[in-house]
Amino acid sequence: MRCAVIVFPGSNCDVDCFHVWKDVLGQPTEYVFHKERFSAEDFDLIILPGGFSYGDYLRAGAIARFSPAMDSVYKAAEKGKLILGICNGFQILLEAGLLPGAMMKNRDLKFHCHDVYLKVGTADSPFTNMYLPGEVVKMPIAHGEGNYYADADTIERLKREDRIVFYYSDEKGNITDEANPNGSAENIAGILNEERNVLGMMPHPERCAEEILGNTDGKRLFMSILEYLEGRVKIGKSRRS
Amino acid sequence: MGKAEEAKKLGLTDEEYNLIVQTLGREPNDVELGMYSVMWSEHCSYKNSKPLLKRFPTIAPHVLQGPGENAGIVDIGDNLAVVLKIESHNHPSAVEPYQGAATGVGGIIRDIFAMGARPIALLDSLRFGELDDPRVKYLLSGVVSGIADYGNCMGIPTVGGETYFNDAYKDNPLVNAMCVGIIRHDDIIKGKAQGVGNSVMLVGAATGRDGIHGASFASEELSEESESKRPSVQVGDPFMEKLLLEACLELLKEKWVVGIQDLGAAGLTSACSETAARAGTGIELDVALVPRREKGMTPYEVMLSESQERMLIIVEKGHEEDVKRIFEKWDLYAVKIGEVTGDGMLRVLENGKIVAEVPAKSLAEGAPVIKREGKRPVYMDVQDLDYSKIEIPENLSEVLLRLLASPNIASKAWVYQQYDHTVRTDTVVPPGSDAAVLRIKGTKKGIALTTDCNGLYCYLDPYEGGKQAVAEAARNLVVTGAKPLAITDCLNFGSPENPEVYYQFEKCIDGISEAAKALEIPVVSGNVSFYNESSSRVIFPTPVIGMVGLLEDVKKRCTMAFKNPGDIVVLLGENSDEMGASEYLRVIFGIQGGKPPRVDLEREKRLHLCCLKAIKKGILSSAHDVSEGGLAVAIAESCITGNLGFEGEITSDIRADALLFGEGQSRIVVSLKEENLPALIELADETGVKAMVLGRVVPEYFRINVKDSKGGFKKIELSVEEMADIWSKSLERKVEE
Amino acid sequence: MFNAKICVRFKNGVLDPQGAAIKGALNHLGFEAEDVRVGKLIEVKLKAGNLEEAKAKVRMMCEKLLANPVLEDFSFEVVEESI
Repeated sequence: MRCAVIVFPGSNCDVDCFHVWKDVLGQPTEYVFHKERFSAEDFDLIILPGGFSYGDYLRAGAIARFSPAMDSVYKAAEKGKLILGICNGFQILLEAGLLPGAMMKNRDLKFHCHDVYLKVGTADSPFTNMYLPGEVVKMPIAHGEGNYYADADTIERLKREDRIVFYYSDEKGNITDEANPNGSAENIAGILNEERNVLGMMPHPERCAEEILGNTDGKRLFMSILEYLEGRVKIGKSRRS
Repeated sequence: MGKAEEAKKLGLTDEEYNLIVQTLGREPNDVELGMYSVMWSEHCSYKNSKPLLKRFPTIAPHVLQGPGENAGIVDIGDNLAVVLKIESHNHPSAVEPYQGAATGVGGIIRDIFAMGARPIALLDSLRFGELDDPRVKYLLSGVVSGIADYGNCMGIPTVGGETYFNDAYKDNPLVNAMCVGIIRHDDIIKGKAQGVGNSVMLVGAATGRDGIHGASFASEELSEESESKRPSVQVGDPFMEKLLLEACLELLKEKWVVGIQDLGAAGLTSACSETAARAGTGIELDVALVPRREKGMTPYEVMLSESQERMLIIVEKGHEEDVKRIFEKWDLYAVKIGEVTGDGMLRVLENGKIVAEVPAKSLAEGAPVIKREGKRPVYMDVQDLDYSKIEIPENLSEVLLRLLASPNIASKAWVYQQYDHTVRTDTVVPPGSDAAVLRIKGTKKGIALTTDCNGLYCYLDPYEGGKQAVAEAARNLVVTGAKPLAITDCLNFGSPENPEVYYQFEKCIDGISEAAKALEIPVVSGNVSFYNESSSRVIFPTPVIGMVGLLEDVKKRCTMAFKNPGDIVVLLGENSDEMGASEYLRVIFGIQGGKPPRVDLEREKRLHLCCLKAIKKGILSSAHDVSEGGLAVAIAESCITGNLGFEGEITSDIRADALLFGEGQSRIVVSLKEENLPALIELADETGVKAMVLGRVVPEYFRINVKDSKGGFKKIELSVEEMADIWSKSLERKVEE
Repeated sequence: MFNAKICVRFKNGVLDPQGAAIKGALNHLGFEAEDVRVGKLIEVKLKAGNLEEAKAKVRMMCEKLLANPVLEDFSFEVVEESI
C-alpha cells in the first residue's frame, strides 16, 4: 500500500515515518515535498510527520497548512484516503480545519519527551483496529504544544461519535489529571474526523514500532492501517447508523 | 587615538601589534586591526594553549581526521565514520542563558555538517552554582530551554551529557555542547579553499550586527561590564539552521563542492582566513555582495559579524547557479561574494575598493604563541584530610538517602525530558544510563556516547583529575558494551594569565594525555575556554571529556538496570579506602577536600577488557560504573532503574563509609544469572580483575550489611520505592520549589 | 504606506498557561497582579489605497492566518505612515 510522507520545511520525523512504512512494514513509500502537489489516486496513506514546520513560528502548524502539498491533502481527505497526522502533523490538521479544536502550549510550558500510557478510546477506526477498546498501550511523546483544546460542544460530539482514539492514562487505564502530561482537555491524545479517515495524535507510534527500541505498541497502529487498506477489516458501520 | 593604543584597547599586546605592523609592512587600518584582534584572541587562536595541546595522542589507525578541522572523524567500518566535536558557549550563556545555550548548540551542529556528516546526536555538559540561589535556577532553566528549543527543532536527539552543581560555577556556568554525526568515507569534505579561481559563496541567514567581537568577549573575565555587553549575544534561529542543514547535505553530494566552513566566532573573517590558510591560498571578497539584515553596516561590521546560521562554501567555478538552485529549493539564498586567489592574501573589497588586505595565514595561524609558566597552587600543599576526625554517621540509610537527593547524583530527568531524545528512532539506550547508545540503521552496529569530568577532583589534583575524566568516560562506554574509540575535549579553565590556573591547565592536559595513551583512545577534536572567572571566584578546572565508543553488535548492549530477581550481584574491581573529594564528604560534612581517588590505568584497562568480554559473551544482565556516591549509590541506581531491590553483605576492614560511599576508581557493579557466575569468575581471572560477590537482586527492598574482622557491623536498609522517589524527584523539587 | 499593530490573545475563558506563570512570578515579586494575559503583538507594514482598504486587509490577515479562531481573539489599529 502506497504511502506519501509530506516534508514541510522543518519536518523532522519524516525519516522516521518513512522508515517504519518502508522498512518495517515493507510497503512502497515516497516523500512529497511541500512545494509539490500530488494526485490522491497515487497514494493510499498520507502521513503528516512531526517536527517544527516553519519553526512553529506564529503557532504550531499555522503556516504549513497553506503549502501546495496541503491542497492535495485536502482533496485526498475528501476522497476518503487515510491521513495520519503525528505531533506537528496533528497540529497542522487542526490548523487546517481537517480536525476540530486547537493546540496550546503544554500547561507547565515545558517540552515533554518521555513515554506515556494511552487508553485506547476506540478500536473502530482504520488506524486502531488491531488494538482492543480500553486497552492500555505505551508510546513516547515529544512536544511543547500538545495541550488540546476544544469547546465543550465539540468535545461532547467527539465522545458521542466515538472519535477519541487515545486518552492519556495511567498504567492501569485510569484517566487522571496526573496522567495528563500537557493539560489536554479530557486527556485527549488523538482524535478522528467525522468520516474516520483522518487521525491526528500527539504520541509517536513510529518511535515504538521495532523490537530494538524496546516497545512495539506503535507498530500495531501501522499494521491496523495495512489491515484496513488491504480490506481485511471493516470499520464504523454499526456505530454511525 | 594612535593605532597602537587602539590595538591595546582591542586586546592586542604591544608585541602582537608590532608583529602585525611587521607582517604588513605598514600600520593596519581599522578593519584590519579589528580582524586581527578577533582572530588573535585566545578564543580563535589558542595562543595560550597550543603548545600544550600538542601533548595529546591524536593518531591511531582508525582516525580519519584529527584536531585542526571543524570536527574529528573516526572510522567505524562498513565504509562509515563518526564525526565528533564538543565546544563551549560559557560566556554567552552567563549573560543570556537561553540564547547563549541555543546558539552554542547551533554552532556545534554546523561544525558537524560542515564535514558533510548528518548530525545524529547531541550531548550537553552543564555546570551551575548551587540551586538555592535564584539566579542559578534562572540560568539553569534558561540554558535547558535554550538547548531544548534548538536541538528539538533541528530533530537531532539530545541523548546525554551531565549536569553538576557547585558554588565554583556560580558566576561562570559552563555550557559545553557536543554533537556527533555519521558519514560515509567518500562523502567527507574539508574546510579548504582550494583551486585558484574557484568561487566563494555565502549561504544561509542574512548578516546583521550580531555578536560583533563575541570571540574577544569569550576571552575576557566576566564583570559588571559584561552584563552591559548583552547586545553582543547572538540570537539563534533553529528553523533556519534546519533548512541550512538539509540544503548543505544535499549540496555536499555534488563532486564540484570544494570546501565548506561554518561561520562561527569572528564570522567571515575567520571562515575566509581559515579555509584559505588550510589550503595555502588566498580569498578576495567584496562585502557589498553580502546580504544584510540591517542597513548601513560598515565593512568592519560585515567582516566581524557573528550572525548565526551561515556557511561559507567554495565551489568549482561555473557551478554557482547549481548552488543557488539547491538553496532556493529550501528558500535560502546563496550568493557569490568572492573567489579563491593564489597570493595567500585575504583581500576585502567594498564595491571594488580595497578596505583590508592581510595574509590569510598570518590572521588564521600567525598569532604569537604565549609561553607561560605554571605555578603549583598553594592550596595543593595542604595535607590530606585527617579522616580519624570524621566520625562515621550512625544512620547510614539516612546518608544514602541524602546522597540520592543531591542534585549531583539524583536523576537528571527534569533536564533530559525537556530534550527530544527519541527522534530519528535510533536511541536504544536513552539518557539516564551510564552512556547513551544509538543504533546505526542498515548495520548491526551501535555507538555509545558520554561526557564526563569531575571538577572537584581536577581542582584538588589536576593531574589525577584529568586522568580520571578519561577513565570514567571510557568506563561509562564500556559498561554498555562499547569499545572506546575517540575523545573530543572541552577544556574549561580560569585565566591562563594566572600561573596557578596555567598549572592546573597543564597538569590536566598531562593527566588526560597519560590516560588517553594508556587506554589507547586518541583525541580527535576539542575546544579551550579560558577566563571562566569573576572578581570573586575562579571555576574548578573542568576538562570535559566527550567520548564515542563502538558496539559491533548493538543487540548485545548492556544497561545499568537490574533485570531479574535472583540474579547475583558482583563487583568487578577493588574497593579502596579513598574518601577524599567525595560527594559523601561534601553533602554530609560540607567538606570539599582531601585527595581525589587515584586511577591505576593498568588496572583500569584490565577492568575494561573483562567487562567488554563479559558483555560480548552475553553473560551479564546489567553493568554500572561506580562513580559519585560510591558503591552504595551505584547499587541503589541499578535497583531504582530496574525497579528491583538488593540484598547483600560485604566483609571488609575498610571503614564502612569509605567502603559504601568512597569514590575509589576502576569499579563496575554487574548482575548476572547464577549459572553465569563461573564464566564471569573465569574471565576475571583471565584478565586479572578482582571479582567479589556482593549479594543478590531481590524484589523490592534494599539491604546491605557491612561487617569487619573485629565484629563491627553497619547496615543500610531502605525500601526501593522510597529511594526511587527521592532519586527521581529531588532535582525537580529543588528547581521548582 | 500603512502601519498596522495587531494584538492576538487568547479568548476569555481559555486557560493561558503563560499568563498564569507570569502572574505567579509577579506576585512572588510582590506586585499583587490580579490577572495576566499574554498575547502577541504583530506589526505589519502594508500598502493600500486608503485607510478603509488597509483595515479590511488587516482583518483578513487576522482571520486567515494570524489568529486561530478556536482559541484567539484579535484587535488592531492601523495608521497611515507619515512621510
